[in-house]
Amino acid sequence: MGATLTASDLRKGLKLEIDGEPYIIVDFEFSKPGKGQALYRCRLKNMITGVQFDRTYRSGDKFSAADLEEQEMEYLYKDGTQYHFMNTSTYEQVELSEEAVGDAKNFLTENLTVDMLFFKGSPIGISLPNFVELKVTRSDPGVKGDTASGATKPAVLETGYQIQVPLFIEEGDVLKLDTRTGTYVERVKTAGS
Amino acid sequence: MMAPMELAAKRPYLEMRSRILHGLRLFFTSRGFLEVQTPVRTPAPAPELHIDPLESEGWYLNTSPELYMKRLLAAGYEKIFQMGPVFRKGERGSRHHPEFTLLEWYRAGADYTALKDDCRHLLRFLCRELGLFPHFTFRGNRLRVDGPWQDVTVRQAFTRYAGWDPVEADDPDRFDLDLVEQVEPHLGFPTPTFLSDYPRREAALARIKASDPSVAERFELYWAGIELANGFSELTDRHEQKDRFLQTLHQRRKMGLATPPLPRRFLESLDHLDQAAGIALGVDRLVMVLTDAPDLDHVVAFAPDHEP
Repeated sequence: MGATLTASDLRKGLKLEIDGEPYIIVDFEFSKPGKGQALYRCRLKNMITGVQFDRTYRSGDKFSAADLEEQEMEYLYKDGTQYHFMNTSTYEQVELSEEAVGDAKNFLTENLTVDMLFFKGSPIGISLPNFVELKVTRSDPGVKGDTASGATKPAVLETGYQIQVPLFIEEGDVLKLDTRTGTYVERVKTAGS
Repeated sequence: MMAPMELAAKRPYLEMRSRILHGLRLFFTSRGFLEVQTPVRTPAPAPELHIDPLESEGWYLNTSPELYMKRLLAAGYEKIFQMGPVFRKGERGSRHHPEFTLLEWYRAGADYTALKDDCRHLLRFLCRELGLFPHFTFRGNRLRVDGPWQDVTVRQAFTRYAGWDPVEADDPDRFDLDLVEQVEPHLGFPTPTFLSDYPRREAALARIKASDPSVAERFELYWAGIELANGFSELTDRHEQKDRFLQTLHQRRKMGLATPPLPRRFLESLDHLDQAAGIALGVDRLVMVLTDAPDLDHVVAFAPDHEP
């Protein structure tokens, strides 16, 4: 159990344990009608399933802070549906299911350093660096003469993730991507160079 | 720390705020109200179940100047107003600051219907002064101050929007929750709305209505879903007022909350007060609405958590 909290501690970003699961407050509003009691209106998101719900708390309510910890991990390899990571200071290895890795799988390459989140000692997810670099494994050449600015074409990256890229991108190029939006930022290396 | 740029960007809001403060003072002084100043620190704030005073060297910072102002009323000052800071512990949100500016005005020999008239005249006057007459935009809604204002009873509003009658059913927890989530969002479009005649247990310092003893002569003024003011016909019966204070203090003790001493001089003064009405209006919220600001932080130079 994490530290005990009261309603006056509630705020956006706070992580609570409810019914044995970790939740983060994604939206928060303090309300107090006329001469009435204080109401703490929260939108909560389950940090494992992503499911959201609204709940209103009152002054006397008590809470447990979610017992969460972050550790720096290096991604090693995928084995079936399990993703393997290694703690960079203890060299201890940890597995995470494909479901728990979520969309982050589109950006995972060997030796990438990520932050792994643990709830009561069990890993529940990872957070990626804001930018990663990935190689293009397949992309048809851009149509000649099509030089309109903003024109794009599909490209498949080494992780199997498909994105839209500018027409000048070629197979073998290395691209910088924003993991928060999942989009192309710039070309950092051209094929063959 | 707030960057100088951020503070400079508040200028349009702060200029409107200054004009509103001037307008409020002009309205009341030109109608024969005396502007008064009463202490910010007090040994005995009004006992309220859900309003917590901040302590100050064994005394308290006022949560409202009402007790001092009613002392003045009882001494024969018939029309008075005050605008100044009040403090409420733990209240922090987009519509709440633990320190905020409250405008209160009082009329001897009047009841809450006179205050409703004051509200109508005051907001019309202000909107004309500020160039917001007859309408202006707030969060995408066109609000207007002219034309008839709605006046709905608590019973009507709850029956319509929450599906139950809080005057019949005694459920304070559900009352507060439904008021915030079901009722308030409908009130005050496009003109301001009075929500009137609160259940007895929500009376605070209001007089019970003679024609319907199940409710108190108390109203709240709403505009665009936002509560702006709370007014009532004052309870001037010393014994009933003392009973209510003692009940409130008893409940506070049971809930483990601070129990300040009874305001005895105030209670004694009620013997000299026959009939009166008083109202408190949140100035920062009014500025927020009239300037179409997203929250209270925009309309004060320094939000409560900013250091100088």
